[in-house]
Amino acid sequence: MTEQLWKMVGKKASLRRRQSIVAAIRDFFHARDFLEVETPNRIPALAPEVHVDSFASGSWFLHPSPEVCMKRLLAAGYESLFQICKCYREGERGARHLPEFTLLEWYRAGADYTALMADCEHLLADTAHRLGLGRCFVYQGQAIDLELPWERITVDEAFRRYAGVIAEDALAADRFEEILVEEVEPHLGFGSPAFLCDYPLPLASLARKKNDNPQVAERFELYICGMELANGFSELTDPAEQRRRFQEAIEQRNRLGKAPSPMPEPFLDDLSRMPEAAGIALGLDRLVMVLTDAAVIDQVVAFTPEML
Amino acid sequence: MYNASDLRKGLRLKIEGDPYIITEFNFVKPGKGQALYRCKLKNMINGSQFERTFRSVDSFDEADLQEKKMQFLYMEEGKYCFMDNNTYEQVFLTADQVGDAANFLLENLEAEILFFEDRALGISIPNFVDMVVKEAEPWAKGDSVTGNNKPVILETGYRIMVPAFVDEGDKIRVDTRTGEYLTRVKE
Repeated sequence: MTEQLWKMVGKKASLRRRQSIVAAIRDFFHARDFLEVETPNRIPALAPEVHVDSFASGSWFLHPSPEVCMKRLLAAGYESLFQICKCYREGERGARHLPEFTLLEWYRAGADYTALMADCEHLLADTAHRLGLGRCFVYQGQAIDLELPWERITVDEAFRRYAGVIAEDALAADRFEEILVEEVEPHLGFGSPAFLCDYPLPLASLARKKNDNPQVAERFELYICGMELANGFSELTDPAEQRRRFQEAIEQRNRLGKAPSPMPEPFLDDLSRMPEAAGIALGLDRLVMVLTDAAVIDQVVAFTPEML
Repeated sequence: MYNASDLRKGLRLKIEGDPYIITEFNFVKPGKGQALYRCKLKNMINGSQFERTFRSVDSFDEADLQEKKMQFLYMEEGKYCFMDNNTYEQVFLTADQVGDAANFLLENLEAEILFFEDRALGISIPNFVDMVVKEAEPWAKGDSVTGNNKPVILETGYRIMVPAFVDEGDKIRVDTRTGEYLTRVKE
């Protein structure tokens, strides 16, 4: 047998468990009356983002997340939606990244980001229970207890506490990501999962400003053992403000010499009819990593690009 | 010129004038933020290591490294002399640079010498080298304290375990990667 076939043989147990996880997720959302949808993976215009590069497919793009189409469904009156789909991001390959990966994305009309945090808590507890893991399990030698409440820490507080810097200053010095990755993330989600909340506005292109603090957006990320699992936010529903932020991203991409990302006009048209809503994308491969105790993403997918 | 997206384990870069090899590599990217390329680098001249995180806008010079086939001539005062048979150019490597390969350096052995710009850095020798046993105890039948193996000394002074039937003057093949005996060679 070739080395590659041996690799595939060795993944049987984790692929079986992956199937159980996907089944548990579907049951979780069906039981809550969410509609499962399939939106096109190949679309003519994405939500322009400075640091997300997509693959061109003809003159269209492979979507880096299904958000554009799912939000248009919200605008059409659908209230609770979820989707499990392949997404594509060029140049992303590492121990926790694949250029083609699977996202679980869900939306709730009439809700804000706190409802999504509660969803995360219940979804993980349900899924772990279905796998027979119980409330406590171990990931890479670290105990995780899903007992509520999970820690909620703001970006501002986390940067002060773990890095001794002000998040806005780090952002101004273009060192936000570096400090986040090197000094903050290694403290997040140990013992139990944690939510890192309230991101500086420039880092939340599609999120709504927080009412009592307009310097930050209602965006959060879910962490387990220092690994980012999900990114959720209260949706921005103001088309003029959204267009302005997209325009900024488009110009910044131009300045950085990145491939142009056209303005998603149909999305902006529909945004004015979109209700207050909250949406979240959860990396399914990473959730499987956590629930199968896998150190690298390669262990939870049948094929990596290097095997093709 | 390399871009950050070219970075990978084993890639060799020139940083502040010195050649470095990436010994560990990881791609990290928080949320929708900038990609970061976390590397552990080893200086190919002095072996010093450091960690650095690069960004997608960073670019890198290639390290001008070349391998040249050269013949081992002699060792003198801890320096190993090699010669290019085409140009007759000679270079000296230190014991540190030669490392374990010194155990297998026979006169006239052809080796690959690694150069950074014009400076010799290291050596790689063939995986298999045939060498003559210089000193061996005669085989006493029934004497199997160390199984069927016994230590012998090869022509370079290297001590190696060989099967008991190997005698002084025999030629044996050695795997230079493990330093172990492979087989007796008949001429």
